[in-house]
Amino acid sequence: MGFYAKIDAARRRCIFFRSLKHFYKLICPKEAGKEYMLELKNITYNVDDEQGKKEILNGVSLSIPDGKFVVITGPNGGGKSTLAKIIAGIYQPTGGQILFDGEDITEKGITERARSGISFAFQQPVRFKGIEVYDLLRLASGDKDMTQGQACQYLSEVGLCARDYINREVDASLSGGELKRIEIATVLARKSKLSIFDEPEAGIDLWSFTNLIRVFEAIKEETKGTIIIISHQERILNIADEIVVIERGQIRRQGPKEEVLPEILGSDSAVPGCHVQKEQGGMH
Amino acid sequence: MQMDAIEKRILEEVAELHGMPQGAYNIRYNGEAQARQSTKEIEITPRAEGSGIDIRIKDGTVNQSCCIPVVIAKTGLKDVVTNDFYIGENCDIVIVAGCGIHNCGDQDSQHDGLHRFYVGKNSKVKYVERHYGETDDGTRGGNIMNPLTEIYLEEGAQMEMESTQIKGIDSTRREMKAVVKENASLIIKERLLTNGTQYAESRMDAELVGENASANLISRSVATDQSKTTYYSNIVGKAPCHGHSECDAIIIGEGKVLAVPALDAAHPDAALIHEAAIGKIAGEQLVKLQTLGLTEEEAESAIVEGFLK
Repeated sequence: MGFYAKIDAARRRCIFFRSLKHFYKLICPKEAGKEYMLELKNITYNVDDEQGKKEILNGVSLSIPDGKFVVITGPNGGGKSTLAKIIAGIYQPTGGQILFDGEDITEKGITERARSGISFAFQQPVRFKGIEVYDLLRLASGDKDMTQGQACQYLSEVGLCARDYINREVDASLSGGELKRIEIATVLARKSKLSIFDEPEAGIDLWSFTNLIRVFEAIKEETKGTIIIISHQERILNIADEIVVIERGQIRRQGPKEEVLPEILGSDSAVPGCHVQKEQGGMH
Repeated sequence: MQMDAIEKRILEEVAELHGMPQGAYNIRYNGEAQARQSTKEIEITPRAEGSGIDIRIKDGTVNQSCCIPVVIAKTGLKDVVTNDFYIGENCDIVIVAGCGIHNCGDQDSQHDGLHRFYVGKNSKVKYVERHYGETDDGTRGGNIMNPLTEIYLEEGAQMEMESTQIKGIDSTRREMKAVVKENASLIIKERLLTNGTQYAESRMDAELVGENASANLISRSVATDQSKTTYYSNIVGKAPCHGHSECDAIIIGEGKVLAVPALDAAHPDAALIHEAAIGKIAGEQLVKLQTLGLTEEEAESAIVEGFLK
């Protein structure tokens, strides 16, 4: 009996497609990079401060496959947020290369990266006098004719009563938690291939945090894009597919949640949810 | 009434008119009354002396509007006008004014308008005025506007004034004076954009003379290129009252902004607040909008447009 006859049909299909993929890589090397949506190759980032040159990131290489929910964690000051900003183009790396969908985007600016499908939710959302929530969602979606009804859907997704917020200005009258959710809504409105959230839980109260987890669970269920969240909250780490640990500017660990989370529980890289209340209890 | 293309466009800019207005109106063109209509409740008559009109609104007039735009389409014209509004008690009305200049030559064109509002007890008035200017290519004539507004609010009256100057006025000195009695409230929202070498000066004086009177003076301006904006505000509290003034300005390029706020608590229970912020567009605001796919220039215009809305 031949080799093929011994295995079932499903396995045969799998082997066939794998062979096809290898063949495709051979004839089209540029497209081969698309196996990963995002590839960071040897990224370094240095800044000059009073004590001289300071290394924030030191040779970070990371490959993130399509459609994954990745949480980047690690102790404060380890370089997590810097890495997120480098991916979005807000900071330019000192060295290294960034591939997005197989294309080198290292030299591209923020706008070009946004237009090619990268979204970024700020740790401390920006306030604008005069710009209303509806305006911001319209700008985010790129659809000038977006109806109020469509805009309201995004607000509902982040648990805000749309009618109360749609015409409010994105200014100091909004609380930290409200702003944070509006920030997330702007990222949802973009429907990007890659969405990055920089410490989405920072500065919000426990009630908002619980809702935030639900929002991310829903995004994970519904979205077809890749999501990167910078966070060291255990409850966010818990819904990750993959966890990346960054410490002192380098990747210390990367792998499936099931493997990495047990190793880092109780450390600075995985803080229990109740810590939020202790730290941010007074903030609303 | 025949309107040419220039007049039609200016009326659209200053009063959002796309034809003849509904209800009571008075259209002033090149220093003369061009069209006028009174209604049963709103009577418009020429002033006994000097240039301008008297507008008398009967007690209890509600859900009506009055539109009195001014168009200047001549170079070298200096138009001075006084319009008095006598608004009865328990009214709820909207008044739209504004002036547009189309200067087609090398001499300055100027409009100096005084609007006096006498608002009766418990009446509610929304007053919208827009100022706009344009010039033909290659001409050197300036567009000058000096609007003066006086507001007298009787007990329980409410007035909200929206004043906007977005384009084409080379020099403006704007003054607003108000006296606010018991339980009356005044809200002023001013929006100014200057560019090139334009100069804009705005003065707001509110005197709160009755118990529980309130005033909220809000000025937002954008000074671009080498233009300059000056803002003076003064709230005098002569009774237990609430006063708030806010001056925000964005500087783009070499623009200059001077803000001189004053609060005068002439009564121990006068609660007066002032806020002011002047500066360039925050870098983080530009970055945020860039992450939404806007270019830096698009981000800047979106921020300015929102700020002046």
